Amino acid sequence: MGTVVVDVMLKSEILDPQGQAVAGALPRLGFNQFTDVRQGKRFVLTVEGEVTDEVLAAAREAAETMLSNPVIEDVVGVRAESPAVDAQAAEPRG
Amino acid sequence: MKIGVVTFPGSLDDHDARRAVRIAGGEPVSLWHGDDSLRDVDAVVLPGGFSYGDYLRAGAIARFAPVMSALIPAANAGLPVLGICNGFQILCESHLLPGSMIQNDHRTFICRDQRLRVENATTAWTSDFEQGAEITIVLKNQDGQYVADKRTLDELEGEGRVAFRYVVEPAAAGAPGARTYDRFAGRNPNGSYRDIAGVTNERGNVVGLMPHPEHAIEQGYGPSLDGLTFFSSVLKSMVNA
Repeated sequence: MGTVVVDVMLKSEILDPQGQAVAGALPRLGFNQFTDVRQGKRFVLTVEGEVTDEVLAAAREAAETMLSNPVIEDVVGVRAESPAVDAQAAEPRG
Repeated sequence: MKIGVVTFPGSLDDHDARRAVRIAGGEPVSLWHGDDSLRDVDAVVLPGGFSYGDYLRAGAIARFAPVMSALIPAANAGLPVLGICNGFQILCESHLLPGSMIQNDHRTFICRDQRLRVENATTAWTSDFEQGAEITIVLKNQDGQYVADKRTLDELEGEGRVAFRYVVEPAAAGAPGARTYDRFAGRNPNGSYRDIAGVTNERGNVVGLMPHPEHAIEQGYGPSLDGLTFFSSVLKSMVNA
């Protein structure tokens, strides 16, 4: 079982009200070093078997046609993610 | 004259839109999102609401519903289509209208009587208005901020395709202690670029707007009867066609 991760962000020239809300709240917790916050979307697409070039191509097409709206958003990443790496990342650190 | 009103999962104002069609003298026809037939209607309204819960983006999933596979080519061939609120978002996602809608810049839901200026009184849905007329209908939305890149906005303005603009009330009305306090005095109510409340396509048969004409059609309910003119316009334009 493989997964493809698609990341979508609002274009930089489009106002991001959600990001602004987060940016406004961070200083209340003492995080004063972040001057801006942009919030995006991550889609994790799962397939049976390996993530082949065809699967990646289909994911790219889905990202451009449905997962994002090219008028306001950019697809900033489409990549295969191996389950092994996922499992490692999920391990508690320290 | 049959005017279809599409019901998507999460549509809220389909009943009101059908009622408005009937009161204006048309015959309302229910259309279903999962059906790829337009049932021989003469015009279509995409109503307000939260189709598919506004998941992904407002209108983004509705745009791929089976009924849209019939509606998009029909609209491109000249069928009058009015998208109200969520319907406007669906028309933008379908690329029948340019631009897109994002969350209100003040991040809160808004519901109020809203003054608009009719900027284009030649479309299928506005021909019964006077050019430049000011009307008052209901505005209620979460994702109502109209955005597009500068080139698109210039093009819309240059071609007269801004159909409606929000009337921005004088800033004095927003001052503390003002006789008629207005939270949105001095600015438009959702941050829409260039105060745009509604746009039309090149041909003038497809119109989308954020506020709700179907809630201003009957004495005693809503702020005016201005909403009726949208429906009388399209009924007349069909007679003349």
